[in-house]
Amino acid sequence: MNDLLSPLVLSQWQFGLTTIYHFLFVPITIGMATTTAVFQTAWVRTSKAKYLQLTHFFGKLFLINFAMGVVTGIVQEFQFGMNWSTYSRFVGDVFGAPLALEGLLAFFLEATFIGLWIFGWDKLPRGLHLATIWLTAAGTILSAYFIIAANAFMQHPVGFELNKVRGRAELTDIWAVLSNKVALAAFPHTIVASFMVSAALVICVAAWHLARNQHLDTMRPAIKFGMWTMIGAGILTVLTGDQLGLAMVSTQPMKMAAAEALYKTSSGADASFSIFTLGTPDGVNELFSIRIPYLLSFLSTHTLNGTVEGINDLQAEYTSLYGPGNYAPVIWVTYWAFRWMIGLGLLSVIISIVGLWLIRGGRMPKQRWVWRVAVWAFPLPLAAMIVGWIFTEMGRQPWIVFSLLKTKDGVSPNITGLDVLISIVAFTLIYGALAVVEFRLIKRAAQKGPDDVVPLDDTSGRPSDAVTVY
Amino acid sequence: MDLSLLWFGIVGFLFIGYFVLDGFDFGVGMALPFLGRDEIDRRVMINTIGPIWDLNETWLIVAGASLFAAFPEWYATLFSGFYLALLLILLALIARGVSFEYRHHRPESRWKSWFDGMIVVGSAVPALLWGVAFANIVQGVALDSNHNYTGTLFDLLNPYALLGGLTTLLLFFTHGVVFVSLRTDGDLRLRSQRLAVRSGIATIVVAASFLLWTNLAHGKPLSWILAGAAAVLLIGSFIANFRAKERGAFTLMAVTIAVAVLSLFAALYPNVMPASNDPANSLTIANASSTPYTLTVMSWTTLIFLPLVLVYQGWTYWVFRKRVTRASIPQPTSTTAS
Repeated sequence: MNDLLSPLVLSQWQFGLTTIYHFLFVPITIGMATTTAVFQTAWVRTSKAKYLQLTHFFGKLFLINFAMGVVTGIVQEFQFGMNWSTYSRFVGDVFGAPLALEGLLAFFLEATFIGLWIFGWDKLPRGLHLATIWLTAAGTILSAYFIIAANAFMQHPVGFELNKVRGRAELTDIWAVLSNKVALAAFPHTIVASFMVSAALVICVAAWHLARNQHLDTMRPAIKFGMWTMIGAGILTVLTGDQLGLAMVSTQPMKMAAAEALYKTSSGADASFSIFTLGTPDGVNELFSIRIPYLLSFLSTHTLNGTVEGINDLQAEYTSLYGPGNYAPVIWVTYWAFRWMIGLGLLSVIISIVGLWLIRGGRMPKQRWVWRVAVWAFPLPLAAMIVGWIFTEMGRQPWIVFSLLKTKDGVSPNITGLDVLISIVAFTLIYGALAVVEFRLIKRAAQKGPDDVVPLDDTSGRPSDAVTVY
Repeated sequence: MDLSLLWFGIVGFLFIGYFVLDGFDFGVGMALPFLGRDEIDRRVMINTIGPIWDLNETWLIVAGASLFAAFPEWYATLFSGFYLALLLILLALIARGVSFEYRHHRPESRWKSWFDGMIVVGSAVPALLWGVAFANIVQGVALDSNHNYTGTLFDLLNPYALLGGLTTLLLFFTHGVVFVSLRTDGDLRLRSQRLAVRSGIATIVVAASFLLWTNLAHGKPLSWILAGAAAVLLIGSFIANFRAKERGAFTLMAVTIAVAVLSLFAALYPNVMPASNDPANSLTIANASSTPYTLTVMSWTTLIFLPLVLVYQGWTYWVFRKRVTRASIPQPTSTTAS
């Protein structure tokens, strides 16, 4: 059996593909739960019909997406044991706790209160019903915290000691794990970026209707809300990303070096940040590049004359620490993923700033292409988040738990290439089919517009068939 | 106090919660073709579990994560060893979950019957395979000295395990049908009572054979007592259902499932995953568990938060206690469901 069909390589591909697929739904769920809660709060406080319409309309888009997030999430939990049993044995004592806390504190909360929200319009008083969507949103955000704390242990293991006899990491300090500095930086970064994703969805849908000059009373406030959210969340994403960068430099300097494809340790003006490079990212054949001097130093140390360690020095250091081997990730992936993350995120914010200016004071641009940009900009922040996670996870390689366990040593020893081939094909087929159905349903629901969702003469706010939603 | 033993109990409790709760979701799903005579019937049935199937399924996620945290070795051995069986369960759960959400989005009957089919298969496959999996855990599987499963999928499909699968399939089916009778009205309610009587007989025969086999092969005094209690409770549920006492029938059915799973855990003790080839390779409560520190952290969190979870989930069930009637279903022409 060749390398491509080894359980290790296939398991890596499967984990990457299923995680990216799952993550298509995660930021939308986090962002849209809160967005729906905000619209419903506006309705409860003002009793204005348009806010109720927006609540139902965006709530529906949220729900179509929610089910996919739930069912693809179970796959994630199972895969640690199924494909990475050696990893699970090694970290279970530490890594299992945040997962269990996530289930007990967050998943139960969101799964219970989402049911109450969907089916409870006519069964609960207004205020209590409003609380159910906020508790759902709280559950989604809380779950992000625990899973990021678990992930942070893989990036920067803390709060444990190695048991040589058992050959495993053992938890010694749960607070250290939950307050891992990588988690404290990555969590807000992920949450505010999720709000960029939901903002892009709101903008996309609102722009589609405004371009057709319909539903102005609901879609104008919606697009303004979306654009302001995008700008606010965008600024916060930059600030939290900066903090995450600092945490990364101090815990995984190799990842920062790989982000810039910096082979030689550099400082001051030489620690420049290249926006674009033509040539090979191994630095041997650089044809052309646009560089900003000092920027890499500033990103890494918040000073202009700081020193940034290069891949070659780190490789030498790690070889002496951990033995022979290649300790650099795949550089072209980290280099470009890092740039695409920043570029796509900034582009989303710029589109919103320009958009707000274009629609200022009730203006409605006549040109179709203006609206088209707003509609088609939807995937940008989502793509930025996904390449951001690809950077985070690929940048950790060759480690599965940094400095403790390599990815190649984490795979289940008793699964065959055929087993994983079967599962990867099965997941690809079912996920692919569901993506088509999901996209069509969301598109259909979005294009139908808010008026059809609910008859507004009903002051209780319940949709016409609230009791029997399905 | 020995915390690993406590966690053996908590993991058991979480799986019991999962089987009792998602068990009737599976039953409702499997009973769609038997009880759903028209679109309105089928919508009534799906709406009986509409608000709760997701929280019921979450018990699996919490049980799995707790297994990972409290018994990493057990989790790793079980999940890598039962790879293809768990893959089938995952695919089925995906199909079922999205179908509940997707089926009502379009009015065409072809669209709906496609997702109805996915709900039926997506409910039956896990209902069968969870029994197969747990029977294999109790019976023991081939493990090497590193606790890695050395058999194949087909080794898991042995007669005893298949009987276990058939047991959970029938238990969950009857459980779900009784649930439909408890949560609906009129003709559907009467038909589900009658169906529960018929499936109840098969369930009693199969479940009793399985529990008998389990205890003859792996029994201990406690597991014998629990299995006997489960059999009595199951017959009690059957009688209650026969006498049209839905609430009693459903309660007894839920307790039956709980006690039957307890009986399996009692038979398993002190192992968590016996090695059928060499007892020295067995995973036990002692050698599979996490450190006392991790278990202490988990115990306090569970002690504080699980009661809270039970309260708000109980309240949810109370909010949705009213029967779902045909009259509450709007005309099929309506496509405006939120």
